[in-house]
Amino acid sequence: MDKSLLMIAIGSALVNNVVLSQFLGLCPFLGVSKNVKTAGGMGAAVIFVITIASAVTSLVYQGILVTFGLEYLDTIVFILVIAALVQFVEMVIRKISPGLYNALGVYLPLITTNCAVLGVALTNVQKYGEASLGSFLLRGTVNGFATAVGFTISIVILAGLREKMEYNDVPKSFQGTPIVLITAGLMAIAFFGFSGLI
Amino acid sequence: MNRCVERLYNGIIKENPTFVLVLGMCPTLAVTTSAINGLGMGLSTTVVLVMSNMLISMLRNIIPDKVRIPAYIVVIASFVTIVDFLLEGFIPTLYDSLGLYIPLIVVNCIILGRAESYASKNPVLPSIFDGLGMGLGFSLALTVIGLVRELIGSGKVFGFALPQIFEPVTIFVLAPGAFFVLAALTALQNKIKAKKGDDSNSPCLAADCSGCGNHNCGGRLFTMTSGPETAGVKEDAAGKENGQKEKEGTING
Repeated sequence: MDKSLLMIAIGSALVNNVVLSQFLGLCPFLGVSKNVKTAGGMGAAVIFVITIASAVTSLVYQGILVTFGLEYLDTIVFILVIAALVQFVEMVIRKISPGLYNALGVYLPLITTNCAVLGVALTNVQKYGEASLGSFLLRGTVNGFATAVGFTISIVILAGLREKMEYNDVPKSFQGTPIVLITAGLMAIAFFGFSGLI
Repeated sequence: MNRCVERLYNGIIKENPTFVLVLGMCPTLAVTTSAINGLGMGLSTTVVLVMSNMLISMLRNIIPDKVRIPAYIVVIASFVTIVDFLLEGFIPTLYDSLGLYIPLIVVNCIILGRAESYASKNPVLPSIFDGLGMGLGFSLALTVIGLVRELIGSGKVFGFALPQIFEPVTIFVLAPGAFFVLAALTALQNKIKAKKGDDSNSPCLAADCSGCGNHNCGGRLFTMTSGPETAGVKEDAAGKENGQKEKEGTING
């Protein structure tokens, strides 16, 4: 059991990296990767939200949708649950922990611009939908956490590369988005190296 | 009728969602491993876009302003679910190759963008044609990108093998190839734009979309280019309607 959880974690964080091989969450990946500090903050906020969101959507799926035979409504229900959840999390953090809110707060509205959150919830259902509630919840949460860690790894690396790239002489047409996309493509090739791990 | 033709032209050429507005990047990169996949994704999105534009335009005087974004999301998600079932039932091969990206049409910013910026303010017929134009523009772009990747990556066009005049470069049908093709296309577009001296798509530095003159971007450029510093400003400025703004943000990715 522990070993399979580890496999899930490595698989989602490195091998099937959410941005570089599944193309989810590209907007924040390209938009908030100008420097390492903000990229790290964004990554932390993404980890926080995706972990909670995958736990909650797992519970909703197994607890409500499966119980009443409404599995086909998963897309509609998940998107509403996620939208409400992010608002709720933001309000709770603001009340309970102003320090954490100062660190993550500005990123929370931006995260919601992230199709990775819905993507992870739907992947969980596809992969572990048959499992029992406990096992589904556990695997879904681990998968969500690992996916978000993978996102953080890649956005921080990209931000580091972009900081260096500031000093490079990039051809005029390639300045801005194109050179970032090429960098991301090269990173995607590098991440292929992890596919031997599993 | 003229207005409808104008909407079609606008969606396919003038404000092409992929090449001009640069919206909906996730499916653009993910499903374009072959031209037929790109076309399938584009047409599925078109169906959702036309239906949701139609319904939202019909309901535009009924939906209360404060809850409009959640209402739009529910409408869009319902149509996506229907399309998902139709594909699973009638075109299972396409359903298998698109996989997760069909339900993710919900979070495609083109659809919510059109609902918010066009369908919620205009009568039914132009809204339908607006959706059709945008959808066909998106399909065209996806098919072109898919065609390039398929041609270079596996030496085929729409699944038909071409005579082997070159060795296919497999990396182009894999994940990195998507980034490279899109980078090349964006660079090409920059070059053309630099020649024309047109900067309507340049990074936006305004603190708030409402004060911005560029109505083409649908908030995307702001989200893309602003660091959290400006986002903080946006948050403060948004103040009371914070909830509303964030809901809008939900679907931008």
